Amino acid sequence: MTAAKRNKAPVNTLIPKRGFARFKKNFLRDRQLYLLIIIGIAPFLLFHYGPMYGVQIAFRNYRISDGIIGSEWVGWKWFNEFLTDPNFKRIFLNTLIISLYSLVSFPLPIIMALLFNAMRKQRYKSVAQTISYMPHFISMTVFVGILNLILSPTSGIYGNIFRLLGGSGYPTDFRTLAGSFRHLYVWSGVWQGMGWQTILYTSALSSVSSELHEAACLDGASRFKRIIHVDLPAIMPTIAIMLILRMGGLISVGFEKAYLMQSPLNLSTSELISTYVYKRGLSDFRRFSYGTAVSLFNTAINVTLMLITNYTSKKVTEDEISVI
Amino acid sequence: MNAITLKRRGSRISSSDRRFDVIITMIVTLYVLTILYPLIYVVSSSFSSGTAVTEGKVLLWPVDFSLQGYKMVFNYKAVWLGYANTLFYTIGKTMVSLFYTTLVAYVLSRKTFQARKLFTTLCIIPMWFSGGLIPSYILISGLGLNNSRWGYLLMTSMNVTYMIIMRTYFQTAIPGELLESAKIDGVSDIQYLLKIALPLAKPVMSVITLYLIVAEWNNYMGPMIYLRPTNLHPLQLILRRILEASQMDATMVSDADMANQMAQVGDVLKYGLIVVSTVPMLCLFPFVQKFFNKGLMMGALKG
Repeated sequence: MTAAKRNKAPVNTLIPKRGFARFKKNFLRDRQLYLLIIIGIAPFLLFHYGPMYGVQIAFRNYRISDGIIGSEWVGWKWFNEFLTDPNFKRIFLNTLIISLYSLVSFPLPIIMALLFNAMRKQRYKSVAQTISYMPHFISMTVFVGILNLILSPTSGIYGNIFRLLGGSGYPTDFRTLAGSFRHLYVWSGVWQGMGWQTILYTSALSSVSSELHEAACLDGASRFKRIIHVDLPAIMPTIAIMLILRMGGLISVGFEKAYLMQSPLNLSTSELISTYVYKRGLSDFRRFSYGTAVSLFNTAINVTLMLITNYTSKKVTEDEISVI
Repeated sequence: MNAITLKRRGSRISSSDRRFDVIITMIVTLYVLTILYPLIYVVSSSFSSGTAVTEGKVLLWPVDFSLQGYKMVFNYKAVWLGYANTLFYTIGKTMVSLFYTTLVAYVLSRKTFQARKLFTTLCIIPMWFSGGLIPSYILISGLGLNNSRWGYLLMTSMNVTYMIIMRTYFQTAIPGELLESAKIDGVSDIQYLLKIALPLAKPVMSVITLYLIVAEWNNYMGPMIYLRPTNLHPLQLILRRILEASQMDATMVSDADMANQMAQVGDVLKYGLIVVSTVPMLCLFPFVQKFFNKGLMMGALKG
């Protein structure tokens, strides 16, 4: 034991200081870095951690004049109100159904990326890819505007083609049917997002070694076989990661698109938790506490889903999904 | 002999492969047409006369070529104001956000920085749990930042996703030896960032700048919540008001002459507006595309 101690002594002089002394030394060395990161991160901390403090109004009866702390504590009152609201089941199901339905579009960018990758004519390939990215750059306002215009039974593409094919009068107006909201939402999303979503897979495919392809060629594999047995396995890790990320955000359906596509006629299918929070909590009724409670309920489900997927992903890929 | 067998085998493969090629080309062409047709239709409609559009005569190319729609668009004062506002918000927010993001990414890329773990954790937590819309609104209106152009810029903060991409770039694309030799020469951390790291990070900075520009140009929800007075509205909010006009009661449109004009020109104006507001972003995207091949997109995942 004394020998061990004696051995340790010179090491201690090499790493001279511990605890606070070491922190102080490093702090002085990195003082410029501390300055930079504090300038950079201060607004982020304010605007992201500030609201976390304010989230307690979900359990209070918030009034602006009383302030956050001064408002009366009401416990689970707003959560009970939401859960017993006659609309609760519908809104919750709408959100769940639309996010599950959106999963249908998950394999499409993968197939498209494989097809792009298999194309022989490089010029045409890059032109096609460039065109496929275009819809991503259209804003949601414009996108929903285009959707409404081209689906118009009187003057849109939809109506024009209907008449061109010999239909008389005007076809059914899908924009006003509550039953068609989900299909429009999901498939228009495919139109807008599919090309952009291929990027990740395309760049994963670009790292597939050509030796594998040559070897498969020598074994007489056809091009289709090579896609299935060489390309697809090569991008499997990327696919797994994307799927897991997707599952984690299952119930966080984007606000903008649903809100912009809403009309009084399709509310029975288009009202989602996020749009409900905005309308009840902020724009129409300004019931701050109630809205916060509903959105906290949503966040709680999200965090649970993310924890589950993170746990599963650790099992599946033996590696934490490192967004970091 | 050898060459002949090779050639033979080559031709055998290519006959079945040619069929495969044709099928792929057909699917891709069909997909490209599905993307392009609505876009061409929108542009063609915007160059057609009002009556041709309302009567549904446009199928692919402009019918009764006219610039009526564009004249209406540029006669709107609201559109000009919206354009100016959008430019201000887009340029301002992009600069502010890029500034914060770069600072944090640079510091977190330094492996010897001892508080790295702490700050990284602080950046990650909000990705999991956020206070939500209403507490944010209460905070920002409490600070008096809402309903003001400068306030809207001040409520910008760094973007975590882009910070991670940039940090990864700093770590992988800039050799560590540069830092060591700069340290020996007595270069300070700030000087190193300005003189060495930033010039080398140009590719990643340009991509992120373009992403930020597109995101803010197309932003609808932020201005809707935090910029209520109509004179502060960016283009997207004005667009929405006009695009919605026919679907709602005319009395709901705030100004009367707008409601009137709406009834007359109807859809051509909308098509014109769509083109005018979207073209700047579509012009940007070939620039973004240049960087895709460099695998920057993977930065977010590889870490």
